[in-house]
Amino acid sequence: MDNHSLLSETFFADDDRVDGLAKVTGKATFSAEFKPAGLTHAVFVCSTIAKGAIRHLNIYEAKNAPGVIDIIYHLNCPDVPGFKPVDRTTNPNARSFTGLKVFYNNMVVSNGQPIALVVADTYERAVYAASLVKVEYIKENAETDFEKNKFNDKLLKPRPDYVRNQKDAWATAEVKLEEEYTMPIETHNPMEMHATIAVWEGGKLTVYDKSQGPKNVQGELSRLFAIDEKNVQVITEYVGGAFGSGLRSWPHVHAAVIAAKKLNRPVKVTLNREQMFTMVGYRPQCWQKIGIGASKDGKLNGIAHHAVSNTSAYEDFTEGISSVSQYLYDCPNVFTTYKILPLDVNTPTWMRGPGPASGCFALESALDELSYKLNIDPIELRLINNAEVHPQSKLPWTTKFLKECYALGKEKIGWHKRPTTPGTLKEDGMLVGYGMAVGVFGAGRSAATAKGILKNDGSLLLQSAVSDMGPGTSTAMVKIGSEQMGLEENKVRFELGDTDFPTGPTQGGSGSATAVGSAVIAVCDAIKLSLKEMAIETVAAFKNFKPDDIKYENGKLVAANNSASIHFIDLLKEAGKPELQVSKSSSGFAQRDKYATNSFSVHFVKLHVHPVTGVIKLKHMVSAADAGKIISEKTARSQMVGGAVGGIGMAMTEETIIDHRYGRYINSNFVDYHVPVHADVPPMDIVFPNQPDYIISPTGAKGIGEIALVGVAPAILNAVYNATGKRVRDLPVTPDKLL
Amino acid sequence: MINFEYIRTSSAKAAVDAKTKNKAAQFIAGGTNLVDLMKKGVTAPQRLIDINALPLKEITTDAKGVSIGALVPNSVAAENKLVIEKHPLLSMALNAGASAQLRNMATVGGNIMQRTRCPYFYDITMPCNKRQPQSGCGAMEGYNRMHAIFGASDKCIAVHPSDMCVALAALNATVIVNTTKGEKKIPFADFHRLPGDTPELDNNLAAGELITSVHIPANRFNKNYYLKVRDRLSYAFALVSVAVALEVKDGIIKSASIAMGGVAHKPWRLTEVEKYLIGKSITANVFKEAAEIALTGAKTYQHNAYKIKLGKSAIVEALTKATV
Ligand SMILES: Cc1cc2nc3c(=O)[nH]c(=O)nc-3n(C[C@H](O)[C@H](O)[C@H](O)COP(=O)(O)OP(=O)(O)OC[C@H]3O[C@@H](n4cnc5c(N)ncnc54)[C@H](O)[C@@H]3O)c2cc1C
Ligand code: SF4
Repeated sequence: MDNHSLLSETFFADDDRVDGLAKVTGKATFSAEFKPAGLTHAVFVCSTIAKGAIRHLNIYEAKNAPGVIDIIYHLNCPDVPGFKPVDRTTNPNARSFTGLKVFYNNMVVSNGQPIALVVADTYERAVYAASLVKVEYIKENAETDFEKNKFNDKLLKPRPDYVRNQKDAWATAEVKLEEEYTMPIETHNPMEMHATIAVWEGGKLTVYDKSQGPKNVQGELSRLFAIDEKNVQVITEYVGGAFGSGLRSWPHVHAAVIAAKKLNRPVKVTLNREQMFTMVGYRPQCWQKIGIGASKDGKLNGIAHHAVSNTSAYEDFTEGISSVSQYLYDCPNVFTTYKILPLDVNTPTWMRGPGPASGCFALESALDELSYKLNIDPIELRLINNAEVHPQSKLPWTTKFLKECYALGKEKIGWHKRPTTPGTLKEDGMLVGYGMAVGVFGAGRSAATAKGILKNDGSLLLQSAVSDMGPGTSTAMVKIGSEQMGLEENKVRFELGDTDFPTGPTQGGSGSATAVGSAVIAVCDAIKLSLKEMAIETVAAFKNFKPDDIKYENGKLVAANNSASIHFIDLLKEAGKPELQVSKSSSGFAQRDKYATNSFSVHFVKLHVHPVTGVIKLKHMVSAADAGKIISEKTARSQMVGGAVGGIGMAMTEETIIDHRYGRYINSNFVDYHVPVHADVPPMDIVFPNQPDYIISPTGAKGIGEIALVGVAPAILNAVYNATGKRVRDLPVTPDKLL
Repeated sequence: MINFEYIRTSSAKAAVDAKTKNKAAQFIAGGTNLVDLMKKGVTAPQRLIDINALPLKEITTDAKGVSIGALVPNSVAAENKLVIEKHPLLSMALNAGASAQLRNMATVGGNIMQRTRCPYFYDITMPCNKRQPQSGCGAMEGYNRMHAIFGASDKCIAVHPSDMCVALAALNATVIVNTTKGEKKIPFADFHRLPGDTPELDNNLAAGELITSVHIPANRFNKNYYLKVRDRLSYAFALVSVAVALEVKDGIIKSASIAMGGVAHKPWRLTEVEKYLIGKSITANVFKEAAEIALTGAKTYQHNAYKIKLGKSAIVEALTKATV
């Protein structure tokens, strides 16, 4: 068991990330590292109260500090057209801006809110000057305590309750339980902190930004600053992790653009770690209650799943936490509710596996609890209730290989060694526990466009305005391009992260491979067709053929009866063309009325718990994922491992703490906010049924990013129970909770 | 910018003189604590006196014990043969601290002098009597999961964060200090202070004084263990830690020296427990009783009540591990 090693897995061939070398040798340029001529450096002054108004902001001393170019705040901030309330009577389609309107007025809506921007000639001078800005507030009582307020009368109901048959049928079941599950705020902490450089030249805006969706940022900046999209270029070539924090543009992006415009100089705004906590979102705190019941033989009778999560006082953020209970298992009676609680904090956002990550923590814990009450193996219980068709829509899934995941993972982890009575197995004096849980996320395909440039040196360049925050999008696209065109991988390049490229989707919801991959396939098909037409036109031997009579094989065009063949390199030369350019779109998935679409995962954990101190040591983890076809094995595996590490953080270490007297985060740094470190991460095995789903997209892929994390935390908590007989329903499970 | 002067000194005397002359000067060794405090605005020395060139990097031994220079990196001390052989407890404690990278930079002197990790101390927008006397204690009625259960005052409930110091306290080490008037020896137990009415003072080192080495007397402890309980398996400060050094002969405890970390403003010696253990045999009940005695008189706050139970568990476990 213990001779597994993160690197020794021989299941996969060696296939490196195409941008790996650039990243590890420092050659990759991240957003904060661009150096446009005349670059200035800007640093935020942030509020130190959670609610109220700025009475007076004294910038005198700061303004006179060395190197300071300007200080921008609500009284001198130029108008941002898109911040104004929209008039729907004149423009019914106008989109109103819902985020924090930076420097818009003197209101303070959360602690750590950016209230002024100090621009200086160096970063250090900006930091110092920012410390000299003095702020007087008119303070109001702020409410940041989720625990205390989770049932108060300010709760909002973003969506109607869901009822399938009877609401509370679970309560009449032969075997039942009702429990509450809670988890704290989990803050976005990618290694690379957010940064934006804005450059205005003439009427054109160029923005270097850490983002998961350059096109999305372009659209938003165009609306906010009332300039044509074609005059906004967003560049986001490399992203050092984002996990959802880059799904929208935050105040620092707008502030950089405002400042660059006001000063007519390039401005860089970089966030520090503390500001990452107050400005780029987080997984909201949530409370859940599950009532679940089954017959003695384990058939589910009813689930009632209620959830409340927090949002900010100025924006409604929702993520459908309890929805998983509607479709993960076959259950006749289901009732789900979801409410959000506005608090005087910054707005949450999506974080890896948003919704199901929190929902599955409760549902998959409850199912585990039920399995003990029923005395049925937890995997068996899930198989008994396996949904053959989508229980809500009754549609078949495009593909579903969840059962295969149970089987593969069970074998790898050594499930047969699991003690059926908790707290009874010991190894080296440690309590041993095994646990498992399921993860799920929506799959699908959104629209995307790509461009292909096939050159007469035998290479193919692919482009799309998407971003790669780490999953290995470039690597996967190179693989698809290489496979489609029969070219060596080193002859194919994929360029991304520039809005001048054809439109691609925002990277999120595990959808890049299917969307962009489909566009790449469409481009390759179109290139092949063009080559065939070119051959018919320019090469005598092909003259009498139709495109359909010509095959494309490994770079060669071959006529039907093998009477003629020519390599595209020679063809392009003969045609006098250095290259062939094609842009192509692929549409979004259009069969939602026929199919249900999901990716699934099953996570298995073996762990030790110290019987005296309660310290948990993970010993082995196995994740099995029904992610469709695995396009790039190494990056797919890395995604799974990364997701599992995120799940370890959610289960065991991560917790953002607010001092409610001040409404202020008090562990907003890497010493006190614990992300897992290497020592916490056990040897891991990743297994894939690797079954293509060609209904969703021609790539065969379904998506990995979210299911890599969803379900990991409950698998760990379930294993903790198996080891100790202690059920922890409040994340994270730190040693003090197991005493 | 907050400018500061930077000077390098090459003798202990020059360093002491330089610091004595300028009250707003501070020594810098590995910089792993001081630089963070400067970046956070917690401290703003007018002059940094770099002591890294001083000849304080030796580990030596004689009949009386082992001496470790103040500038020996934590990692070097932890892996030193003499230390492992004569004082395995110290090596264990050093290795339990921080991360490999930090241990490479952190020095023995700097480790002794490191400041508390109380989050209110680090956030200059918050009240903190230690950072700014009379401003109030943010932690007392705030978030105090990491805070003291022994020896706190109504001014400050912070803990000393070091692992190394817990072992040094148990090993009856002496801190050797250079002053303008020559060398001075401070027993480890007297080095760090309790907060009392002056939480701004962490220890009894006077302004201008320089730690040159620590001396660990030879001992007869043949059973040693350092146990650290933390929120993640590396790179986290102790919730509680226990350093156990026992002299055991024929199953009977002849002498004992035990200290706890993560529970007080200084490494917390368990003198009552030590007295109790002498003459006792190694049994689970004895250890349980020792744990009860150890935690007698603990005072907890809103978020750290778990430390009593965890502290007892940790003592039992450390004694058990030391004596297997
Ligand atoms: C993220 C993080 C995690 C950590 N985790 C742990 C942990 O788990 N356990 C643990 O024990 N420690 C931990 N530490 C603390 C670490 O051990 C200390 O930062 C380190 O020991 C300080 O040594 P230094 O040489 O870098 O000191 P510096 O930062 O150079 O100096 C610290 C202070 O000591 C003074 N000083 C230095 N040398 C002398 C001397 N010879 N005489 C008098 N004064 C002197 C300086 O003036 C300064 O005030 C952690 C630190 C960090 C940043
Ligand atoms: S416990 Fe001490 S260090 Fe922490 S806030 Fe109170 S006075 Fe400051």
